[in-house]
Amino acid sequence: MTVVQWVAMIAVALAGTAVVFVADPLRQTLVLGIYGLSLTFMFFALQAPDVALSEIVVGSVGVPVIVLAALRKIRSADARREDREESE
Amino acid sequence: MGFLPYAIAAWLFVVGLWGIVVSRNLVRTVLCLTVVQSSTYLVLVGVGYRAGGKAPIVADIPVVERLVDPTVQVLVLTDIVIEATVTALLLALVVQAHKRFGSIDPADLRAISD
Amino acid sequence: MTRRARLMLFAFAGPGLAAVLVIGFAGLPSFGDYHGVYGHVVTGIELAERHATDIVTALNFDIRAFDTLGEEIILFASVTGVALLLRPLREEEEDEDSEDGGQEAPHVFGGASDALRTISAPLAAFLVALGAYVVVHGTITPGGGFQGGVVLAAGPLAVFVGGRYLASRRLAPDWAVEAMDAAGAAGYVLMGIGGLVFASIFLKNFLPLGSPGHLLSGGFMPLNSIAVGLEVTGAFLLVWTEFLDQALVMREKGGS
Repeated sequence: MTVVQWVAMIAVALAGTAVVFVADPLRQTLVLGIYGLSLTFMFFALQAPDVALSEIVVGSVGVPVIVLAALRKIRSADARREDREESE
Repeated sequence: MGFLPYAIAAWLFVVGLWGIVVSRNLVRTVLCLTVVQSSTYLVLVGVGYRAGGKAPIVADIPVVERLVDPTVQVLVLTDIVIEATVTALLLALVVQAHKRFGSIDPADLRAISD
Repeated sequence: MTRRARLMLFAFAGPGLAAVLVIGFAGLPSFGDYHGVYGHVVTGIELAERHATDIVTALNFDIRAFDTLGEEIILFASVTGVALLLRPLREEEEDEDSEDGGQEAPHVFGGASDALRTISAPLAAFLVALGAYVVVHGTITPGGGFQGGVVLAAGPLAVFVGGRYLASRRLAPDWAVEAMDAAGAAGYVLMGIGGLVFASIFLKNFLPLGSPGHLLSGGFMPLNSIAVGLEVTGAFLLVWTEFLDQALVMREKGGS
């Protein structure tokens, strides 16, 4: 196992643990983007360029956009609900 | 150190599962599920790796070179795209649950007939 | 289930799962020690038989094309599920004042800096071109329908990031997105039926193979790649627009 593969795998383990232990879902989304980047690096180190290409487009653009839109919808629905309760 | 990638995959699986169990927020649950899914990618690509192997693109290297296994790469690359859409489906469920129950805490969800 | 009950169950089951995983993985051959036979066979014969220089794409769209058909159907089904779940309900309507694009309208991202607004339109064009390149050249270099489809879908998304959601909706209207998704799924199955009609085996390569390294090599692999690329583009654009519609345009009836 080469040094590059070692470093890549340790980075994946650290980033994955960080995704789980961050509290706020918004910050978790950004850490998820970094986790996707570390996975891409690891797939490159393991001689899998197609997989790395797939992971970087999905992990940086595919999933975070969906999560951010869902979080925005939940927050705005919460804010509207509070407004309506206050005005009652 | 031939065991390291599998140890990391097992660690990611258990840590992700722990994140799902203790989460107070359904969106956090879905993101920890993503970590669990990615541990399987690590196992698959690690199983297919061949020491000293090159990437399975034979455009400029002769075919008799040692190449890593391409079959597991096929599984993982389609899997990554499909799991993104399944995550989208789960998040759509979370958004609808929030509309229905007003909260995304898993302990606050009740049966629909309430 | 309350959080406490979940934690107690996990305290019981978690260490057991970890032990089983460690014992299972310890039985695997050491990392880098490859014992499989199929990998050797495929890498040896693929270039001579299928004339495609990217072995992963050849496996994806020709040798194991049936598995890709299953994956496509999963994609189609989950995107249909998202569209069904996020459809406008009886108690929802579109935000009336978001159509006029007033200063406070939520769908215009006011914080987009000048740099972002300037670069988003050329970036969209570049992303569409790059996505088409990745999709069509899947048999020669790393790429193919799955990767290129997501890059293609990021084109209209770049317009949204520049601050104009409704403009990105005009670039990728609902009917076009749904048509792309359906055309991709149906196109792949039609390729399979073509194999059945012309070569009497479902999903068998029935087009002339060409010479490796050229764009039109690999028989029907580029066509399969284009079908999958269309489907993945349609799927991702549909999912993004459904979520962004919910977040930016829809609201409950009777609200302020």
